[in-house]
Amino acid sequence: MAASANMARNTEPETVEDPDGRARFDELIAADQRVEPTDWMPEAYRKTLVRQVSQHAHSEIIGMQPEGNWITRAPSLKRKAILMAKVQDEAGHGLYLYSAAQTLGTPRDKMTEDLISGKAKYSSIFNYPTPTWADMGSIGWLVDGAAICNQVPLCRASYGPYARAMVRICKEESFHQRQGFEILLHLSRGTKEQHAMAQESVNRWYAPALMMFGPPDADSPNSAQSMAWNIKRFSNDELRQRFVDMIVPQSEVLGLTLPDPDIKWNEERGHYDFGELDWDEFYEVLKGRGPANAIRLERRRTAHEEGAWVREAAAAYAERRRQQSEKAQAA
Amino acid sequence: MSAPGSNDTEPWPLWEVFVRSSRGLSHLHAGSLHAPDAEMAVRNARDLYTRRNEGVSVWVVRSSDITASDPDAKGAFFESPRGKEYRHASYYTESEGVKHL
Repeated sequence: MAASANMARNTEPETVEDPDGRARFDELIAADQRVEPTDWMPEAYRKTLVRQVSQHAHSEIIGMQPEGNWITRAPSLKRKAILMAKVQDEAGHGLYLYSAAQTLGTPRDKMTEDLISGKAKYSSIFNYPTPTWADMGSIGWLVDGAAICNQVPLCRASYGPYARAMVRICKEESFHQRQGFEILLHLSRGTKEQHAMAQESVNRWYAPALMMFGPPDADSPNSAQSMAWNIKRFSNDELRQRFVDMIVPQSEVLGLTLPDPDIKWNEERGHYDFGELDWDEFYEVLKGRGPANAIRLERRRTAHEEGAWVREAAAAYAERRRQQSEKAQAA
Repeated sequence: MSAPGSNDTEPWPLWEVFVRSSRGLSHLHAGSLHAPDAEMAVRNARDLYTRRNEGVSVWVVRSSDITASDPDAKGAFFESPRGKEYRHASYYTESEGVKHL
């Protein structure tokens, strides 16, 4: 999503305080306008965005693994084709987002390096394993569903390249959620064993999906600043509530239950109440002690290293072609 | 002005991608990508920006080959049309209600 004139930043990532630039930035934010790569922006704004956008990109790229794992074993040709399209979309989403992050002056290789060295974070949801086919349904319905809830407001994020990437992503993401819902619906209406498989999977993914919105507002110190900058539009708890309100009726259509005995319609609030989440588990997984952290990173590292010769060969080929055309022009 | 791809930290140059959604329409900027050469850039652009029939034609151009207006001079540079409302049809109100005008 880079625009041409963004590149100056790449060699000059440090922001020098500029009173006129700051005034212009404050004006843009106050008027709910978009900030573009060539505009002056506070260093903290830039850092927050680099962190958020690159984490988001990493999540898309790592997110290919739990599903890629099922492509060979998807139960029909149709399901295989759908799953491949979805995994390909995720690669695409990762690339849109890396491009957006690059407009902030962070080179692609640096981001890749931070990911495979374990320094950068990605969504903790992808550190859970996918042992059954029903998990492809749960990931689509719950994980992509939660992601859409998070991402739709990001289409209005104040940083232009990020917002534009999100518009494209959201358009494509809705197919992901629907196909997941359909997988679960078919299993739920299938044999007793298939129904049980769907229910068992939803039981495992429900809480981690709710935790995708991040810690409760009281424990989310950076949220207020992100909201003041119009990067974030709704708080973690608001989005989580919105998501619960959507999935409770959807679970009824599926004929499946959600593993939370405290879910109850609250007439007064006009929302569903739901139970406390186990945040200790969230922080454990986030710190890299989740069931699949090591596997995901190892896989990514191996893919990157084993792909090195392809990148080198392509670069060498391009260089030789350039030299040949120079020679031809000279002759 | 330097571009990603023109320094050591970005081994592949950056390309801007323009997609024509159907015949008769202009190519519009869709986004950007990295690729070692133009041919790979076109292939990657097809995979990245036209997975759902978004286009019938793709252009790629090296980001470093684009010349942009100076972002810091936007006020002065784009000032001349301002205050020249008479360049728009809406400026002429006395013909209000007259048909086919």
